[in-house]
Amino acid sequence: MSAAPETKKQVAEIGDKYKYGFVTDIEMERAPKGLNEDTVRYISAKKSEPDWMLEWRLGAFARWKEMREPNWARVHYQKIDYQNAYYYAAPKSTPKKQSLDEVDPKLLETYKKLGIPLHEQMALAGVAVDAVFDSVSVATTFKEKLNEAGVIFCPISEAIRDYPDLVKKYLGTVVPVTDNFFATLNSAVFSDGTFVYVPKGVRCPMELSTYFRINASETGQFERTLIVADEGSYVSYLEGCTAPKRDENQLHAAVVELVALADAEIKYSTVQNWYPGDEEGKGGIYNFVTKRGDCRGHRSKISWTQVETGSAITWKYPSCILRGDDTVGEFYSIAIANNYQQADTGTKMIHLGKNTRSRIISKGISAGKAQNTYRGLVSVHPKAASARNYTQCDSLLIGGKCGAHTVPYIESRNPTARIEHEATTSKIAEDQLFYCLQRGIPQDEAVSLIVNGFCREVLQQLPMEFAVEAQKLVGISLEGSVG
Amino acid sequence: MLEIKDLHAAVDGKEILKGLTLSIEPGQVHAIMGPNGSGKSTLSYVLAGRAGYEVTSGSILYNGRDLVAMPTEERAAQGVFLAMQYPVEIPGVTTLTFLKTALNAQRRARGEKELDAMSVLKLVRGKAATLKVTEEMLKRALNVGFSGGEKKRLEILQMALFEPKLAILDETDSGLDIDALKLVAEGVNAQRSPERAMLVITHYQRLLDYIVPDRIHVLARGRIVAEGGKELAHELEAKGYEHIVGKAA
Ligand SMILES: Nc1ncnc2c1ncn2[C@@H]1O[C@H](COP(=O)(O)OP(=O)(O)OP(=O)(O)O)[C@@H](O)[C@H]1O
Ligand SMILES: [Mg+2]
Repeated sequence: MSAAPETKKQVAEIGDKYKYGFVTDIEMERAPKGLNEDTVRYISAKKSEPDWMLEWRLGAFARWKEMREPNWARVHYQKIDYQNAYYYAAPKSTPKKQSLDEVDPKLLETYKKLGIPLHEQMALAGVAVDAVFDSVSVATTFKEKLNEAGVIFCPISEAIRDYPDLVKKYLGTVVPVTDNFFATLNSAVFSDGTFVYVPKGVRCPMELSTYFRINASETGQFERTLIVADEGSYVSYLEGCTAPKRDENQLHAAVVELVALADAEIKYSTVQNWYPGDEEGKGGIYNFVTKRGDCRGHRSKISWTQVETGSAITWKYPSCILRGDDTVGEFYSIAIANNYQQADTGTKMIHLGKNTRSRIISKGISAGKAQNTYRGLVSVHPKAASARNYTQCDSLLIGGKCGAHTVPYIESRNPTARIEHEATTSKIAEDQLFYCLQRGIPQDEAVSLIVNGFCREVLQQLPMEFAVEAQKLVGISLEGSVG
Repeated sequence: MLEIKDLHAAVDGKEILKGLTLSIEPGQVHAIMGPNGSGKSTLSYVLAGRAGYEVTSGSILYNGRDLVAMPTEERAAQGVFLAMQYPVEIPGVTTLTFLKTALNAQRRARGEKELDAMSVLKLVRGKAATLKVTEEMLKRALNVGFSGGEKKRLEILQMALFEPKLAILDETDSGLDIDALKLVAEGVNAQRSPERAMLVITHYQRLLDYIVPDRIHVLARGRIVAEGGKELAHELEAKGYEHIVGKAA
């Protein structure tokens, strides 16, 4: 595939507006357009998968054909033609690489443009980067150090071949194959993703991070992530992504499953900065994600932190099933919607065990003509004695043409449960802006400062290197939104 | 330094300043007094460049430049500082972060090198002690939960930090107890210098006992109705505004 000249021109014109908007000129190998059983077989064969995996995919595909796209979210988009898309694309020149030297220099160039300092990160931050380029993982680093600790961190396609028992045991146990339209689609056609297993009692020696990037035009991206923290272990996983500029809407339907066994803790952080479409709302990524964590063992903890600034449409509800007794679920979220972006995001906290606790801090920022919805469910089951939830939903409006909506569902079937919900809606006040300007702070910087202040509680949850990036992103995504 | 000529200004289409003329030389301190609603804060906002405060006629020259044409943040970078009557709260932004952001924005605008966090902290600490702005206050969100007096002290700290050429103090004395008033006045006096002009808006002669002005202007119904030396404050205190304003009308 070569980047269309007009795309390149567009990118040049847009310049700094969307700094990750470019297409890399790398040869791609693709499945034929459209979706049928053969597509599923093609993908499975490309990955040299065992039969059980193919059967699993085909089962999902059969179910998917009978399912209907959900329409309950407050998002509007043109009907997606699932037959008019590619379901597999891979850079042609990437058989297994042992070291970075073997990687296509153009890919490395791409990382540089993205500002992913791969070498630097390896040296300075001690972060293992499993860089996913489109659908195939091309570079995996820090394997050795993780090996020593017994931590498995690899592309899920590799895990299916090398650790079939682990994958079979956990895949689809948190998000069942038939969970929802997009998750089922993902189960049928997922291309690649990440697998993490942290053995009993091991504290993962470094933050794990994967950069996802959509590149081939018109290729749906179906990532699959599975993280298992065995008893008494700890892992922090960072996910960040950007996408190149283009006009066609792109479907992205990822599934992330987390399993925390007794006394384990998983911290999952995301900074999502996919192409949101232009100022008129053209283009941009459709992001339909199913993320769910299962606190399967007693006293386990799962914490989601997300900063969502990108995508034309975001449909995403990272959730926690608090199955074990004394388990803890947390959800910290910043969702920024500008121009014509639509975000419908939130969380579900399902309290099944005794003494389970959950905490939800959601900060929604709307600007331009964007619509931002928080949708949350707190459900306390009969056996969840003394369950506790605290929810705080704050919305910030910039300008008069955007909208913020809060849709909290609360179901409590245990009288000893305590559920607290607080919600606020505010605007960036004129006097706040004036105060900043009077002290010499230009408008865009003032907005960024005020919004970052509004989001502080969530930003504090991010690992240091992500927090800095996220703060900048908050500013960039709201540039020019006032005045 | 500042030359205001026949200034007319409106807010929401309503004319508030109606032909105000006033000039200040470097090194001078002028006071503006006047009844509630006479337009004192309006004048300060017009000088600082607040959105919605529209100059309909007249002119303002600041060091020979047309102040009205300058964007708000540029005025700040060029040395116009307004200590506000009602300082604004910004939740989640620590005071120190705000001070650093503002200081560096001004420096950047003037083509000076930005300061790193440590240098800013040192600078702020040096000035904070005399104004009894505590380390704890610097860590809290800007003005959030600050007492009236604490907010005013923080305004003066910012003045000390930014070292403006023209400082406008809008009722910096209101809401201060006697000790705090002294503290703030000393802070202001410490910053009097031959290069710096100050415009002090107040209702009380008490402040002017500490910050002795070179000149006092009485503002009523959008214009200057009386002017004089520091004795004028005593006359106002004794006889009230009605006496003077009435005479001028
Ligand atoms: N947005 C507005 N629309 C209409 N009138 C306004 C507006 N803002 C201020 N005013 C009016 O302008 C007049 C001057 O107000 P200003 O705040 O400048 O008075 P002041 O002299 O500072 O009074 P004080 O001593 O009480 O602080 C008042 O009558 C006020 O009601
Ligand atoms: Mg006033």
